[in-house]
This record gives sequence, structure tokens and C-alpha cells, in this order.
Amino acid sequence: MGEEIINSLFVFMLAGFIGFEVIRRVSPLLHTPLMSLTNALDAIAVVGAIVLAGEHKTTLSTVLGTLAIVAAMSNVVGGFLITDRMLRMFKTSRPQKP
Amino acid sequence: MTPFASQTTIEIIYLIATALFILSLKWMSSPRTARHGVWAGEIGMVLAIAGTLLHHGIVDYRWVAIALVLGSIIGVPLGMVHMTAVPQRTALSHAFGALCVTLVGTAEFYLRTPTVPKFMMSVLSMEVILGSLTFTGSLMAAGKLQELLPQRPFTYKGQNIVNLSFLAVAIGLAVYLVFHPEQKILFPALVGIPLIFGVLMIIPIGGADMPTVISLLNSYAGLSAAAMGFVLDSKLLIIAGALDGSSGLILSVIMSKAMNRSFTNVLFGAFGQVQSSSGAATEEKTVRSATAEEAASILAAANKVVIVPGYGMAVAQAQHKVRELYDALTKRGVDVKFAIHPVAGRMPGHMNVLLAEADVPYDRLVDMEDINAELPQTDVALVIGANDVTNPAARTDAGSPIYGMPILDVDKARTVMVIKRGMSPGFAGIDNPLYYMDKTLMLFGDAKAFVGSIVRELSGGTHS
Repeated sequence: MGEEIINSLFVFMLAGFIGFEVIRRVSPLLHTPLMSLTNALDAIAVVGAIVLAGEHKTTLSTVLGTLAIVAAMSNVVGGFLITDRMLRMFKTSRPQKP
Repeated sequence: MTPFASQTTIEIIYLIATALFILSLKWMSSPRTARHGVWAGEIGMVLAIAGTLLHHGIVDYRWVAIALVLGSIIGVPLGMVHMTAVPQRTALSHAFGALCVTLVGTAEFYLRTPTVPKFMMSVLSMEVILGSLTFTGSLMAAGKLQELLPQRPFTYKGQNIVNLSFLAVAIGLAVYLVFHPEQKILFPALVGIPLIFGVLMIIPIGGADMPTVISLLNSYAGLSAAAMGFVLDSKLLIIAGALDGSSGLILSVIMSKAMNRSFTNVLFGAFGQVQSSSGAATEEKTVRSATAEEAASILAAANKVVIVPGYGMAVAQAQHKVRELYDALTKRGVDVKFAIHPVAGRMPGHMNVLLAEADVPYDRLVDMEDINAELPQTDVALVIGANDVTNPAARTDAGSPIYGMPILDVDKARTVMVIKRGMSPGFAGIDNPLYYMDKTLMLFGDAKAFVGSIVRELSGGTHS
């Protein structure tokens, strides 16, 4: 195994621990928006699809890459949109409305 | 050799995007900062996509541009769905994420075969297996949640053995391909078998188990993206995938704890079966029922009311009427809180979102542990469309299938009122002794209509 792979494994492990620590602190109140947000962030896979479609190496890779961009991009837009819509609805009673 | 930006510049952009993603999740810890989290995520995403478009390897922007626009257009309606449809939307987006990963993995295999290093082929197999089973599994889950498919679990003898053998064949195939990556004729099976497994995996899952299953699928989608990061040697993807994977895993752990069950039990247990054996002999028991007028006068006389919402409230679309009830009682000086069980509804946090949409302030939504401490001092616990999460048999009856499951102790309140369509048992088919207690009043009717009539009684003529 090359050094690159080992580096990547370290990155994966550290990111896993960060994920656990950060997400553990998320209020149960926000578990639904959390899931739609991580969904949107996960759609960062679109970068891999963009390179694949854009490099235009074979017809197959371009077609699959293009479809992959569509799938991931709909998650990016839809995920951020609905997360923000949900979070806008969470209001506290403390600053009393008239 | 790089027309737009050097590789280093792109990597630095990715680094910034990664930091923004972590901050984005960190800010989700509180409703006050959560919207900053969304903005951080959006900025990170735009940076990462822009940075990628500068990639020197990209020679043809036409398809990329068309796909980006098309995906965005599809994304808008997916982001605008009604709040009651959020569980199925979430399942659908897991499917899209997994589809993207599977397609990229497939393309990468055909670009690299016949010489694929062993480690590369291992992570590629993992990417494709997790991706394709998550794709069909999530579609199935979305279908069940949208009620296109029956929500009842479907089980047959030897089901687990059949399912597991599909998975075993897929893994065996992956191992073979690691050593013989030139056998590209086998690759379609590496995608196809997990696709079938994904369908079979969800068939025995009932609606009540959906919160756990959606979380688990979320975790798989994240892990497959992380595997894709290994294939493409992209730290950004590895990190985003790991964050999503751990998020899904934590939620699944919370959900299965809240049901007092293990993952394996959720995936291979098919809740429905367990019940049929127990509680067969039910003797005639009497319940007390009450009208909206009686319920309204009891509520109006209370000092402290706890409302327990469940999936039934979502089905009846009663959340706005419930808010009106909250307003009417609050105006009379009654202290009203909402008790939220972790698995109430069809996905983690489902009830919170529905009530927030109906403008119930979030500081009135209380977790199970905190509200259980308050229930013994509560005058009225009003259960709306919840059943198993209030079943005292989980505490007392060792023979009950849900024995040991943490519940909301509504039976400790001075008076319990349950709005229910009829006496049919809940989704899991378990009888609820709560309904036969002396302090319990059954309010028979549709949740939305019944809460509406209570509100009318409270605001109408009969002021006490």
C-alpha cells in the first residue's frame, strides 16, 4: 500500500471521530434538518462526477458522469433548500410576539 | 500546463470547503446558529464545485453544464415538498446520492480495468455495493413512506437466509474481482446483486422501524461516498462521506436505543412477526370515553398539560389544529408542553419539524428524559396519534414485545386523554393497557376534527 492510501485512511479515521463529536452535540430537535443537511453535504460527490463527465475519456464514462451530476446536483439544491426552509420554522417563544 | 488554476489552488479551495462543512455541522448544535450552518455548507459547496470546474483535466463543459442545470431544476421541487412528505423526500435523496456514487464507481471501473490495484478494487467494490444497495433500498423506503407500497412488513420463512446469501454472493464476487480485475464481464453482477439485495432488505421492514432504517441508509450513503473518495483520492469526499456516515450511524444508534432493539433486530427481526405470538388472549376490558366538551373543560381547569404527538397526528394533518389548542390553552394561563419521543413519526425529529411548521415555539418541545421527570406533576397528558411510545407494558410486562423500550410515562399524569380513531391496536399490533386505566379518557374520532372541536369549546361561549 502506498503512502497516499495510508494518508487517506488517516484522514478518514480523523473525519469519522470529528463527525461523532460534532453530531453528538446536535439537538434532537434538529435531527430531521440534520439529516437533510448531511445529505446535501454528501452530494459533494458531484465533484467526482464533474471531473468524470468533463474529462470525456470514453462515451460510457461521460454518460454515467453526466447522469451522476444530475443526481447529485438535485441533492445539493434540494437538500440545502429544504434544510433552510425547516430551520426558518423553528422559533422560540421567548421574544414574545404582540 | 494548467489554463485556469493550479492543482494546489484547487486543493486549497477544497481545504476551505472541508472546513466550512465541519463548521456547518457544528452550527447545527443549536436552533439559534443552525441557519449559519446551512450558509456555511452552501458556500463550501459552491467553492468546491467552482474549484472543480477549474480542474485542468476537464476538456468538455457542455454535458457538465447541462447536467448541473438539469440537476438544479430537479432539486427545486425536491426542496419545496410539504413538511409531512419530508421522510419520503429524505429517503429519495439518499437514493439519488447513492445513484451518483454507483454511476461514478461503475465508470471508474471500466476506465481502469484490466489493471486495478488491489486496494483500489476493494474500495471500488465497497463503493459500488453500498451505493447500489442504498439506491434500491432507499427507493423502497420512499415507496413505503409515500404509501405506494404496503407499509406492513412482509415476511416469509427463510427470508433472512435468502437476503444474506445475496449479500454474501456480492461480497464473494468483490473479493474475486480484487484478484482478477480483468474479469470485467462479472462487474454488472457486482452492481446488480446489491440492487436486488437493497429491495429484499426493505421488504420485511415495517413503517414503525422507518426512523432507524432511514438513518442506516443515510449512513450507507455516506460510507459509499467516502469509499468513492478513496477511489478518486479526494480528501474532500472522504471527509464529507465520513461526516455523513457517522451522522447516520449516530442517528441509527439513537433510534434503535429508543426502541430497545439492536440494528440486527431491526434489519432481520421484522417486528410484525414477534407480536403475533404474544397477547393473543385479550379479555373484555372497559374503557371510558369522553366528548370534546368534557375534554375541553378538563383541559381548561388544568394548570399543566403535556401533549404527546405521534405519527397519527402527521397522518391526520392535525398539527395546525394542535397549535390552535396550544394557543387557546396558553391564553388561559395553562402551561402546555409537548413530549417528543425519539422514534415518534417516520424519521428522526419528524414531530419537531411538523410542530415547528405549525408555529409551536421550539422551547415547548421537550425530549423524553426531561418530560418524564415532569409527567407526575402534570394534570393532563393528551396523546394525539401516538400509541406504542406511551405503552406502560414496556415498563411492566416482561412478556410484551416492546418490554424494555423507553417510553413516555403518560400513565403517571393525573388524567390521561387519548385521541384515537377506534380501539384497533397500533401499528405494531400491541394492546395498550393505558387505555383501560381508570384515569384514562378515550376521545374517539379523527385527530384533526377532534382537536378542532376542543378548540371551539375552549374559545366558544362556555367560559368557566
